[in-house]
Amino acid sequence: MLCLPSEGTRVVSTLLAVDRVSLTLSGHPVLSDVSLAVETGRIVTIVGPNGAGKSTLVKVALGLMSPDAGTVRRTAGLRVGYVPQRLTVEPALPLSVRRFLAMAAPKADPADMNNALVRVGAGHVLAQQVPELSGGELQRVMLARALLRKPHLLVLDEPVGGVDMAGQAEIYDLIAALAHADGSGVLMVSHDLHVVMAATDEVVCLNRHVCCAGHPEAVSRHPEYLALFGPKVAASLAVYTHVHDHAHLPDGGTVELPHTHGPNCRHG
Amino acid sequence: MDEFLARALAGGLGLALVAGPFGCFVVWRRMAYFGDTLAHAALLGVVLGVALDMDFTIGIALLSLAVALLLGLMQRQRQLASDTMLGIISHGALATGLVALALMQDARVNLMGWLLGDILAIGWTDVAVLWGGGVVLLAALAVVWPTLVAMIVDEDLAAVEGHAVARARMVLMVLVALVVAAAMKVVGILLVTALLVIPAATARKFSRTPEHMAVLASVIGALAVALGLAGSWRFDTPSGPSVVVAAVALFVLSQARR
Repeated sequence: MLCLPSEGTRVVSTLLAVDRVSLTLSGHPVLSDVSLAVETGRIVTIVGPNGAGKSTLVKVALGLMSPDAGTVRRTAGLRVGYVPQRLTVEPALPLSVRRFLAMAAPKADPADMNNALVRVGAGHVLAQQVPELSGGELQRVMLARALLRKPHLLVLDEPVGGVDMAGQAEIYDLIAALAHADGSGVLMVSHDLHVVMAATDEVVCLNRHVCCAGHPEAVSRHPEYLALFGPKVAASLAVYTHVHDHAHLPDGGTVELPHTHGPNCRHG
Repeated sequence: MDEFLARALAGGLGLALVAGPFGCFVVWRRMAYFGDTLAHAALLGVVLGVALDMDFTIGIALLSLAVALLLGLMQRQRQLASDTMLGIISHGALATGLVALALMQDARVNLMGWLLGDILAIGWTDVAVLWGGGVVLLAALAVVWPTLVAMIVDEDLAAVEGHAVARARMVLMVLVALVVAAAMKVVGILLVTALLVIPAATARKFSRTPEHMAVLASVIGALAVALGLAGSWRFDTPSGPSVVVAAVALFVLSQARR
């Protein structure tokens, strides 16, 4: 049994542990022997091509689908904030953003709701109806809704779908702040690899099985990762692992540093 | 006012009040075809009533429940879309019911009455059953209401947030089956879902919350029943279709307003 740490302490503990999970859907193996764990204050990102089983793995982790083999353990009393990949709210349902937020966190007062919306850059939509929101606005509201639950674990399936480029960076910063300041665990699915690489603590590269997992820089050099995304894509995605070959002087000049080989080095 | 008209009005208003909130869910969850299927299968309930010599309402309620549970189970298979399955069951049940009634030559069943409803024929006992049953159905709906509203937004999200999704889904199907069984006497097999769908659709435009829409659908349904019965009385037209025509007229009027 996994246990939640008591409030206020920052002991790292495992919130979610997926252990050797396999799942077959209508005769096709979707997941085989997949393991991952999310700890407090850590961001784990699942990357992989279309059809790799990313969303299915998230659903298994959340208990929405049962695996054929293997175990999924979640801490007792775990409060989860979930942002599904795509949400289409039935247009025949009259639903204000206020009510939509209140459904996730019945105890939140109007000030809490407003703060959460401001945090995700959607402070102006509180009185609007959900079907009137744009795709990017709805995505931000979904995130605000998850934050309002004060989650131990935040689960995000493609969290920036429909959000503009500037907004994407903001949202990833917000997610990183949430993990590193509030100590929430984050499990995220993304194909925006180059942005995610910088914001994540651990990458799980999935293609029905775990190809490789670990620190983002290590994964981006892994042969299986390169095989999956191709060396060109992988190299263009790994630009965030840049190497400092010079330092800035107080007068604005630069000085060369001894060269260390980066992942993209094609020389020597 | 003649007493049979008073009975018809009392029964129709009771049904409209119950149909409002349930109709909203039929609209939100796109269950209109599900309602039709239940209604068509109810004709088999009439056959069952004749064959076993028991009360028609019980036969209809039993069969509607059986079909609702069957459909709930069949949603688990994924090869055929659910509206295809509904199409098979719906028309299969209607055709089987018509054939079976034709074979029972000694049965004195007013087929047109079942197909189009005969609200002017209901008695005070029926009215009491409609109101009493209606209160129970609405109370049951109120219990699962928060879960159902959360499910309409997204079932996975509702489950993650701690709602008992599978149970609420089954409860809704059973309750809608009972509402359809109750509505049959008023508007008949062919028009049963009209009383569920049309007032709710009319209410959508004027609503800002789900609860608001549910109450408004009841009020609009009641208005349609009153207008339809008045028209039926004045022009000597069949009561069930008259009520539906009134509901459609209210819907068209509501769409004219921007």
